[in-house]
Amino acid sequence: MNYTLRVWRQKNSLDKGRFVDYEVGGVAPEMSILDTLDLLNERLLQKGEEPVAFESDCREGICGACGLFVNGYPHGPQKGTTTCEVRMRLFADGATIVIEPFRAKAFPVVKDLVVDRSSLDRVIAAGGFVSVNTGNAQDANSILVGKDRAAKAMDAAACIGCGACVAACPNAAAMLFAGAKVTQLALLAQGNPERERRALAMRERLDLEGFGNCSNEYECEAACPKKISVSHIARLNWEYLRAAALSEPEKVEVGPG
Amino acid sequence: MRLDAKIPGGPLEGKWDARKAELKLVGPNNKRKFDIIVVGTGLAGASAAASLAELGYNVKVFCIQDSPRRAHSIAAQGGINAAKNYPNDGDSVYRLFYDTIKGGDFRSREANVYRLAQLSRLIIDQCAAQGVPFAREYGGTLANRSFGGVLVSRTFYARGQTGQQLLLGAYQALMRQVGLGRAALYPRREMLDLVVEGGKARGIVARDLVTGKIESHAAHAVLLATGGYGNVFYLSTNGVAGNVTATFRAYKRGALFANPCYTQIHPTCIPVSGEHQAKLTLMSESLRNDGRVWVPKKPGDKRIPLDIPESERDYYLERRYPTYGNLVPRDVASRAAKAACDQGFGVGPTGHSVYLDFSDAARRDGPHALVEKYGNIFEMYENITGESPLQTPMRIYPAVHYTMGGLWVDYDLMTTIPGLFCLGEANFSDHGANRLGASALMQGLADGYFIIPYTIGGYLSGTELPKVNTADSVSFRLAEENARDGVAKLLGVKGRRSPHDFHRRLGRLLWENCGMSRNETGLLGAREKIRGLREEFWQDVAIVGPGEDVNQALERAGRVADYLEFASLMITDALERRESCGGHFREEYQTPEGEARRDDANFAHVAAWEYKGEGAPVVLNKEPLEFSAVHLAQRSYK
Repeated sequence: MNYTLRVWRQKNSLDKGRFVDYEVGGVAPEMSILDTLDLLNERLLQKGEEPVAFESDCREGICGACGLFVNGYPHGPQKGTTTCEVRMRLFADGATIVIEPFRAKAFPVVKDLVVDRSSLDRVIAAGGFVSVNTGNAQDANSILVGKDRAAKAMDAAACIGCGACVAACPNAAAMLFAGAKVTQLALLAQGNPERERRALAMRERLDLEGFGNCSNEYECEAACPKKISVSHIARLNWEYLRAAALSEPEKVEVGPG
Repeated sequence: MRLDAKIPGGPLEGKWDARKAELKLVGPNNKRKFDIIVVGTGLAGASAAASLAELGYNVKVFCIQDSPRRAHSIAAQGGINAAKNYPNDGDSVYRLFYDTIKGGDFRSREANVYRLAQLSRLIIDQCAAQGVPFAREYGGTLANRSFGGVLVSRTFYARGQTGQQLLLGAYQALMRQVGLGRAALYPRREMLDLVVEGGKARGIVARDLVTGKIESHAAHAVLLATGGYGNVFYLSTNGVAGNVTATFRAYKRGALFANPCYTQIHPTCIPVSGEHQAKLTLMSESLRNDGRVWVPKKPGDKRIPLDIPESERDYYLERRYPTYGNLVPRDVASRAAKAACDQGFGVGPTGHSVYLDFSDAARRDGPHALVEKYGNIFEMYENITGESPLQTPMRIYPAVHYTMGGLWVDYDLMTTIPGLFCLGEANFSDHGANRLGASALMQGLADGYFIIPYTIGGYLSGTELPKVNTADSVSFRLAEENARDGVAKLLGVKGRRSPHDFHRRLGRLLWENCGMSRNETGLLGAREKIRGLREEFWQDVAIVGPGEDVNQALERAGRVADYLEFASLMITDALERRESCGGHFREEYQTPEGEARRDDANFAHVAAWEYKGEGAPVVLNKEPLEFSAVHLAQRSYK
């Protein structure tokens, strides 16, 4: 099969960037879109042209490294898959496929299709954890978690941190990403002691990183490769409100000078 | 070189306590005076970095991806073993130890494996406390399932995403330390050299993969947790970024590389479909709890599986190994699949696959129960092949998955270079010649959470470590020059063939000659061809674009260059080990039934290879394996 790949090329974060069309022939239907980019890159190298930079690692939908905007959708038009799982059999022979990076203020372009998503790491660093040092743990079965509750926590924990929710959102909000982590830890007894602190800190970090706010577009859920529900955003809002209501105002220590 | 594993004396069950008691401690106020570099952020690296930062050390963490959460531990599916005996089915620390030693075909260190089994219980506690959403029973206790090579249910899991959940637990613990300012994160960095000064590991040289800058980082100790070398085969279940570069360059600086010929070929992977495939996808071993492996009894039978009646199917694992059946260890299951296909019984368009059939389990427990246990794995399979395992049997074939070999380490996880430690899959230590399922996660986390935090203190408090300034140090300057020259040399070739092309050809040579079965003629031939391929690489590799920018062809070329050298070491090791054990099957050494024939009189040792400089022959050092608690027996799963 033959395709035209219309690929976003951008030298660095300062460059304006542009689309470039590439004809790629000899594509098999079981190839993924990333295999097809690999093939394009091999041919570009043979011609002495610079290959297209893009990120990937596991190539089985779990690491979250890949993330391309394909024909106007994060991870392509197929529901519940990452870019690396999109097979070429999805596209008609001869089609033009438009490939862009994830676009968001909090995800500056590094080069071509590679963006910097370290803002998501900083949101986790703000509070997406249980503060338990190594070696402090009691027997695992001493903390009981009901099967259904554990399953709900697992649904939220399935997030792969790819940023598709941000790329899909007209406000470039990361509420689904943060909501999934807040929900997972709020549902478990282990996360309870710092529940308020976590909701406040992660919510604040989202603003600092330049992510937008939720306006109920539901685009994030539609784009999420792990089909994480927007109900987690409702939970994030609830956890945030609850925390704001319950928390003591921080006493600010004013030092000399 | 005399290899001293520093295994403590006394009875097996007391060795780790004895070692901990004799290790010196670093005082709470002194820990902040020590800088520790951790390279790699998979289960071993992230758990080590988090735990050391919690203790108060200054930790610098490096990873090749954009985020530490992307490390390939994330892709581990099935589970993690622990001798908790929650199901009351007769498990114990001793039994986990014994299963692991036997599973490794008696080629691992007794003391290490026993410690691993002891620590397994703490790992589950630690991860549960972090909020890892393990599968639970209705009453709220943790659920277990079975894995290959064992007769108890000791595997803990989080759906088919156990690696992801354990890694996120460790990653979150690490990010907490980053947020607190106790650990500094260096993502998108590739370690290109180890810096040894005064005979001790004192830092690394890394390339910033965005700017191309070659950077020096000094420390009092360096931990490599950079994973395995399975990608030397090009097609493997590993992520595409995985490489041997960090450990191989440490080897060139004096760390011994142990048992490089031990590679694990996983029996249940989606078969190769075409030329332009970047990797192979694993289907979790846990599927063998409910799936039955079979091929048609008639060779070349092209009927669709549902049309082949029960009487014309050969459930060959159940037939050959009635006690363990479909749950034999990976090496045994892989060789059996290869044998079936080599004899013409294979199915699918290429004849290189066998069926894994869930219809009995679906009838017994209902399709819903299968979806609950394996839903995401079934979806992944359907997405790739276009077929639903609930409608038609899966087609599977073995693929390279894990590497048991790695840098030689002593009981403290220290390599032969003082101050250089090696953790997780990157070291050689605990799995012998074959790793049992659900044991990789266990080992990575045991190393990172519960071993290195103790042993590193012993090293730091008992060692003279003068201050090193990267700007004035000759060792750092030379290592930087070495790294810069390496990049310049690659960019200077200006050839016509892509790094992928060389990688693919290398992989094919290894898969055919140093894969599931090996023989002397094939190995010698492959070594010669790889020598030729290496020469061609340095004349014809194509890299376009500058070194001072994101340049993924340059990154790949550097890794392939190391693989081309490393492959020769693998083959040398495979040639030298004139026996069959675990994943290393030498055709010349097999029983009349086609099982691996070990030679304990001559090969009950670790083969640790020493680099002697460009062009010089490598030197073999042997660490004899002594067994006091287990009796060496021919492994039988019949």
